[in-house]
Amino acid sequence: MANEVCFRTLEYLKQPWELEEYKSRGGYEVLTHILKNKVGPSEVVETMKASGLRGRGGAGFPTGLKWSFISRNAPGQKYVVCNSDEGEPGTFKDRDILRYNPHQLIEGMVIAGYAIGATVGYNYIRGEFWEEYERFEAALEQARAAGFLGDNLLGSGFDFQLHSHLGGGAYVCGEETALLESIEGKKGQPRFKPPFPAHFGLYGRPTIINNTESLSSVPVILKEGGEWFKELGVENSGGSKLFSISGNINNPGVFEVPLGTPFSELFELVGGMKDGRKLKAVIPGGCSSPVIPGEQMMDLTMDYDAIQKAGSMLGSGAIVIIDDQQCMVKMLDRMSYFYHEESCGQCTPCREGTGWLWRVVNRIENGKGRQEDLDLLESVCGKIAGRTVCALGDAAAMPVRGMLKYFQEEFQYHIDHKRCMVGAGPTKGLG
Amino acid sequence: MTDELVTIEVDGRELKAKPGTMLIDVTDAAGINIPRFCYHKKLSVSANCRMCLVEVEKVPKPLPACCTPVNEGMKVSTRSPMALGAQKGTMEFLLINHPLDCPICDQGGECELQDVAVGYGSDVSRYSEAKRVVPQRDIGPLIATDFTRCIHCTRCVRFGAEIAGVRELGATGRGEHMTIGTFVEKSVDSEMSGNVIDLCPVGSLTAKPSRYKARAWELTQHDSVAPHDSVGSNIHVHTRNNRVVRVHPKENESINEIWLSDRDRFSYEGLNSEDRLTQPMVRKNGEWQEVEWQEALEFAVKGLQSAAGSDGDQLATLVSANSTLEELYLAQKLTRGMDSGNIDHRLRQSDFRLDGNDSPVPGLGITIQGIESLDAALLVGSNVRKEQPIIAHRLRKAAKSGAKVSFINPLWIDLHFEADQFVSTPAVMVDNLASIAKAASAKLTGNLAKLVKAAEVSETAKSVAEQLKSANNGVIMLGNQAAAHPDYSLLVVLASAIAEATNTSLSYIPALSNSVGAALAGALPHRGPAASLVEKCGANAQMMQSKPRKAYLLMGAEPGFDFWDPSLINSALDQAECVVALTAYHSESLASCADVMLPIAGFAETSGTLVNAEGTWQSFNGLVKPQGDARPAWKVLRVLGNLLDIDGFDQNSSDDVLEELKSHAAETAIDNSVSTKTAGELNSSTEGLYRIGDVPMYASDALVRRASSLQRTNSAEPAAVRLSANQAKSSDVEEEETLVVVQDGNRAQLPLIIDPRVPDGAVWISSALPGTEKLGGQFGVVTLEKA
Amino acid sequence: MKILNNPLQARNKEEIFSEEIRQDIDCWIAKYPPEWKQSAVMAALRIMQDDNGGWLTTELMDDVAEYLDMSPIHVYEVATFYSMYELKPVGKHKICICTNIACMINDSDSIVKHLKKKLEIGFGEVTEDGRFSLKEVECLGACGGAPMFQIGRKYYENLTPQVVDSILDGLE
Repeated sequence: MANEVCFRTLEYLKQPWELEEYKSRGGYEVLTHILKNKVGPSEVVETMKASGLRGRGGAGFPTGLKWSFISRNAPGQKYVVCNSDEGEPGTFKDRDILRYNPHQLIEGMVIAGYAIGATVGYNYIRGEFWEEYERFEAALEQARAAGFLGDNLLGSGFDFQLHSHLGGGAYVCGEETALLESIEGKKGQPRFKPPFPAHFGLYGRPTIINNTESLSSVPVILKEGGEWFKELGVENSGGSKLFSISGNINNPGVFEVPLGTPFSELFELVGGMKDGRKLKAVIPGGCSSPVIPGEQMMDLTMDYDAIQKAGSMLGSGAIVIIDDQQCMVKMLDRMSYFYHEESCGQCTPCREGTGWLWRVVNRIENGKGRQEDLDLLESVCGKIAGRTVCALGDAAAMPVRGMLKYFQEEFQYHIDHKRCMVGAGPTKGLG
Repeated sequence: MTDELVTIEVDGRELKAKPGTMLIDVTDAAGINIPRFCYHKKLSVSANCRMCLVEVEKVPKPLPACCTPVNEGMKVSTRSPMALGAQKGTMEFLLINHPLDCPICDQGGECELQDVAVGYGSDVSRYSEAKRVVPQRDIGPLIATDFTRCIHCTRCVRFGAEIAGVRELGATGRGEHMTIGTFVEKSVDSEMSGNVIDLCPVGSLTAKPSRYKARAWELTQHDSVAPHDSVGSNIHVHTRNNRVVRVHPKENESINEIWLSDRDRFSYEGLNSEDRLTQPMVRKNGEWQEVEWQEALEFAVKGLQSAAGSDGDQLATLVSANSTLEELYLAQKLTRGMDSGNIDHRLRQSDFRLDGNDSPVPGLGITIQGIESLDAALLVGSNVRKEQPIIAHRLRKAAKSGAKVSFINPLWIDLHFEADQFVSTPAVMVDNLASIAKAASAKLTGNLAKLVKAAEVSETAKSVAEQLKSANNGVIMLGNQAAAHPDYSLLVVLASAIAEATNTSLSYIPALSNSVGAALAGALPHRGPAASLVEKCGANAQMMQSKPRKAYLLMGAEPGFDFWDPSLINSALDQAECVVALTAYHSESLASCADVMLPIAGFAETSGTLVNAEGTWQSFNGLVKPQGDARPAWKVLRVLGNLLDIDGFDQNSSDDVLEELKSHAAETAIDNSVSTKTAGELNSSTEGLYRIGDVPMYASDALVRRASSLQRTNSAEPAAVRLSANQAKSSDVEEEETLVVVQDGNRAQLPLIIDPRVPDGAVWISSALPGTEKLGGQFGVVTLEKA
Repeated sequence: MKILNNPLQARNKEEIFSEEIRQDIDCWIAKYPPEWKQSAVMAALRIMQDDNGGWLTTELMDDVAEYLDMSPIHVYEVATFYSMYELKPVGKHKICICTNIACMINDSDSIVKHLKKKLEIGFGEVTEDGRFSLKEVECLGACGGAPMFQIGRKYYENLTPQVVDSILDGLE
């Protein structure tokens, strides 16, 4: 039951990104149906709600509910924005959608626009994805030429313009309001909320902003029905999901499987550990989700509730599988450096706290840790989490807490012995 | 919007507020203190400092009070363990990278971070890593920076974008590396830039001129009124050891809100100029000598009496409208007591043809605050942003909320809001206004009726007329360049007729701090106290100069810099028998022509009253002793009155003088009515190269001309000849060439600058600057010669 | 009476950039509402950076500000916020190597070491011949091919020192 939604056309086609090939597997049929038969926008929104689709960018907010916050008949411009600013370390699924199935994203965005009464959309693609951007631009050209984008689509009277916007290298722009600021030509600093984008979004107008995978799921959901999608998954985790799986494994890649699939099945799918090493730990939902020990992970299913119950998050579905040769202190050092480097600098706890966390972890990694550092890290995390403008502060705190929870002995060893517990030599920093 | 209030509970207290109001505004109003750094009531909410986190019932995380709207039944705790924990947590973060340099920081003692740290900080830092250091940056002579101390609240950045209307400071870089600044080394040049010093909660931005001069707790704070433009911004003067150390704004929502122009903030430096006249001086046998007061006064009285004792018309009194109400009142009383009607404060006006039919007490006619609710404004001859920064700030607010603003000017001006500018040579300005009068079907007679009939009505004139007509709240404002225009009378009557036809108001933006007061005090040849017309009209400022008198009494005015035509006043003074100058400064300009110089108290050294543009009387005390032997001018005038044996000079205090004037003028309001529909012939012409002589912002009076830091800013440019590229080409001159300007036979050598702001057919040569003090009128035909 | 063009809005837009550049930037401006020209600032900076051999000077940023009617400081803020803009010269080939977790546990350290040794430069430096510069970057979203780097616009995945050698040798 794999590859049912975002990847459903891929295995049948040589060049699935080409319009004609996409159409040969039913592409744009849903959009055509909606426009030709003037399907009620509220019906579209209801189907989305029924599907149980939760935002695939990481936060997991129900997509249909998000759409329903926008009053379709409110006067003035509204916008549909796609978040293709894929940057959560470990995540590389949206890149595959942009590369291999751009038309399904376009179709999904047009339908979203139709549902909320927006006539303009933007796809915010991270700046480094130049090749993906070109692929998407080519698809836009084809869709325009075929009348799926532009004015009066298929004679329906509905207009929809879609543009891509390229980022410039900033993880924080994956936060939806930072992304909107960035489209507005500013630094990508998140806005405080409320107001939410549904009321005050891009250019101050009502806006829905969804992840690439979420929007790409839309045509299939509307074709097969909300119930069908929901049934693919499990309770509270409808549908299938793309998992980006990387790390010390034999066959890394992106896999679409139903939510609720046991991790052990995925583990088999990726061919197990490389070089015969042992599974030590798994980061189940991208860098920001707390790490889970390998043994515990083998008993979990990949859905929102199960991972949450285990003290972590499904996040963007980015699974990093770690073997027993890896030093968790060194890993956390790199992760903390990332948040320090990517903090936008706007609000105090994140600007000051992420740097503090990293410096303390870095010190421990380099054999200069002190006994009180472990309590200090916990305390600083407590002063960041829940007090920042956006979730980046929480994201910086969670991996620290996760690592300290399950792998404190490695940190203690670093402090006590000024060297690493894993491997024999003295510990090394990044340099 | 509903007017119904919601009830919330804060720390057990029940409060009522409009739904949607931010919590911090509600608690501030109730006097409940929540610590904050980024929040500022005059700036947009940015919610970045996280200092104002409070606990709200049923919310698992602390919320920032600055961006949490109140709703019915909300229960807030500002000092619960959760709230305090969050506040202290933020405090700790703010301090980890803040340098511990309070002992050498100018903000020490009045630092918001220091204050809050006392309540929310910890004794010992748990941060043992290296602290952040930001390289020093020089952003000009007014603001000292130390961005290592910055806590990234972004108040200064928001001030630039939202209030000053020009983004000079920004926050570049990301994360911990984010720094406030200009990025590349650049000076901050806004006319309101000093306000960021007040907004900065730490010592990142401090006042350069007063840096290291005193500790906050050593200063005594006094209330006063700023002495330059006609806004009369309320200020706090901070003194130490009988010296003014610095000036801060004093909040007055209806006048300057919490803002202050840089001129008002930093001009006090001129008080301590080496130029100060500290001892009376008389010229004996061509040599200046310092003398005692008694001798100087007797010398002055003898001189005045011998020159004008028998013929009052031989006395001419020319006074600066930056003088206090009391001084102006006594000056006119003394002049009239000597049987002369020759007194005037309009030193920068040349066209007096309207006198008698002119507006009795010209002023804004609306309140300063009321400018914000205008929906249309036509400004004639005004560089409002530089001349009256606070009025420009209010206009900007109006423009931002949709008011249509247009300008008829002789120069393009740099504005911080949307406006249409109609720029032409001075003569064409009159045509442009006539064109709008025609489009508005304004009623005029005589000459002006002819002029209007002949005017061409363009689409733009129609649209301006239409904007004014459709406005509920529109004005036509006349500024400094209108008052100095050779056809001021035509401009006033046209503007008045347009106002009548479009149902808008005629408004004057008076140039100086007491221009309105001067009219109330009767410092005019044709109007006495309370602006009543006098029976025997005296000579106006122009006549007093063009037909030289034997005796001159000058107060607060320097011949080379404060008059419309410096060559004319100099020549008149040169021919006089006796020139008595009441002055705070020993200037070259006075020394060359005066016979007696009597040292008077400067700003902050005397008590008095100023009446601002909207007609508000604002009195203040003397705060420091006048320098040297200087005396308040009202006292000098009183003694002169006594010595001249004139009745009614028995006042014991400036208050007595004020009470006396009040008995005449307390009820006299701004009156902008104009009692004629016609005016004389056009004086200005389109023939030849026409000079436009504005008064630069930092050259507007004797005090600011000596404020050394302001004089080092980019806004204080030296005198130059400015031409458009076109005009330079047709005049066959080139950029950076030195030219000789010839005006009415007077010559001055000045560099040429190509400046796109100047219309073809005109040459821009500012007045009031060294190098121009020998030239002729602010407006008039000049020729250019190669040096 | 006529409205003249305000001379304070200095140059005509035509004078700022070449026609080719303007066309490129104008394509981006056209994507956004007319009053939001500044939305094209990121694109304009990228275009100018590419045109200038990979980095931005203050003058170029000022030009972008003028072209888009923005204040220069606003443009500096954007250019210093996003990591892909370079404010110092870079090599003809800018090698951006990811060292984030997925790459790290797949031994990106050895790739970094190899590059530093081969090119004789550290992070943030340019080779003497100006051909290469090296930059450590955060996750580029290609973790399935870890370790990886980006040179110019192209991703190279599943790197080994040998693969790196053949990639660099194959570049102009």
